[in-house]
Amino acid sequence: MKRLLVFLAGLLAATFSIADDIAPDALVRMVSNDVLEIVRKDKDIQSGDLRKAVELAEVKVLPHFDFAHMTKLAVGKDWRKATADQRQSLTQEFRTLLVRTYSKAFVEYRNQAIAFKPLKMQPADTDVLVRTVVNQTAGKPVQIDYNLEKTDQGWKVYDIAVAGISLVTTYRSSFAQEISTHGIDGLIASLRAKNQTGDDSVATKG
Amino acid sequence: MDRGSVVSLRRLWVAVPVALLASFVCGAAAAQDERDPIEGFNRAIFAFNEGLDSVLIRPVAKGYEAVLPGPVRAGISNFYGNFADPFIAVNNLLQGKPADAVGDVARFIFNSSFGILGIFDVASEMGLEKHEEDFGQTFGRWGAGPGPYLMLPVFGPRDVRDAGGLVLDLYADPVGNVDHVPTRNSLTAVRLVNDRAILLPADQIIEAAALDKYAYIRDAYLQRRRSLVFDGRPPREPEWD
Repeated sequence: MKRLLVFLAGLLAATFSIADDIAPDALVRMVSNDVLEIVRKDKDIQSGDLRKAVELAEVKVLPHFDFAHMTKLAVGKDWRKATADQRQSLTQEFRTLLVRTYSKAFVEYRNQAIAFKPLKMQPADTDVLVRTVVNQTAGKPVQIDYNLEKTDQGWKVYDIAVAGISLVTTYRSSFAQEISTHGIDGLIASLRAKNQTGDDSVATKG
Repeated sequence: MDRGSVVSLRRLWVAVPVALLASFVCGAAAAQDERDPIEGFNRAIFAFNEGLDSVLIRPVAKGYEAVLPGPVRAGISNFYGNFADPFIAVNNLLQGKPADAVGDVARFIFNSSFGILGIFDVASEMGLEKHEEDFGQTFGRWGAGPGPYLMLPVFGPRDVRDAGGLVLDLYADPVGNVDHVPTRNSLTAVRLVNDRAILLPADQIIEAAALDKYAYIRDAYLQRRRSLVFDGRPPREPEWD
């Protein structure tokens, strides 16, 4: 087990160092395959341990996400009205919410196979869509698309759409509604409250 | 079903008219989403659907999932999916995609024969992709906008365009056209339960994700349908309104 951990740590370090110049489709494929491999072998995640799934997401997946960009997309036009502090709080709370959702998806859909579609991109592109299909044991295949943007730290995911449903922009109208009735601080407060109820469910299940 | 569920189902019938009434009184006060002009009314129907789901449909779907192994459920999904392929072909034709329509017909022929009445999806193994089309998407392809959002009892979220499509979908539905009533009812019930069972893992994810479950499902539905009209490749929406 210890040897495995050292190996994983080494693999991870290697992942980060090559992630800078790796192509976006290769990046998505590498991360997805790594994660699926771990999920399949990890008995705790297999038995529904959400905390373990969150840890896995934190280490493997999240370094490749641009949460500030995601939050900006979800908040929409009100983002311009937010102060730097508010933007930071929004990003932090939204990150927690997305991570929890994403980890839950790992646990719920743990035994799936992912097929990757060829990427059409020009060398000069800085914004691409990587398309994948998850084949389920019972039920239709589900399309999962990743929007990536080229940054100084390599390609970063700024939106994920499951079956055409964006995990990010789906929040736009609820966020706008919350801001129009309770202001930006009201939205931060309700995100915080949501994340705290999530903590309880992690604690009771973990 | 235990006695408690029966009682709560009965309460639901009382709760709905009360909630509807309340929705008309309070509906006007909340900030309005222009895509959802009858939000108060829709929310009341949503509450009814949620109640029906939690006391009846979800428990049955959970039992179904627990009793039947994955491959059997996959076979049942394939069986119903196979029925649908000729109508998907018609919709693909109406949408000006004859090559896809030919593929759908070929799927139906192979799956009905080699796939033993559609239980095995041999066509997908052969590389004939399964499509998802319905009359609502065909109207969308022809340029009809989604129109206002509607929450239908039992059927769930629709927009006006897709509610119109649903009428035709139901009219053309082979299961609905089975003459033998007990067979028709059984086929309809199993399909409902099977479809619900497929969505069981999504329940937890929506609970984790949504600040407001009603709004989350509405926005997810509208995005999903938009994506389907564009066959999974919708143009990206502008970053701000």
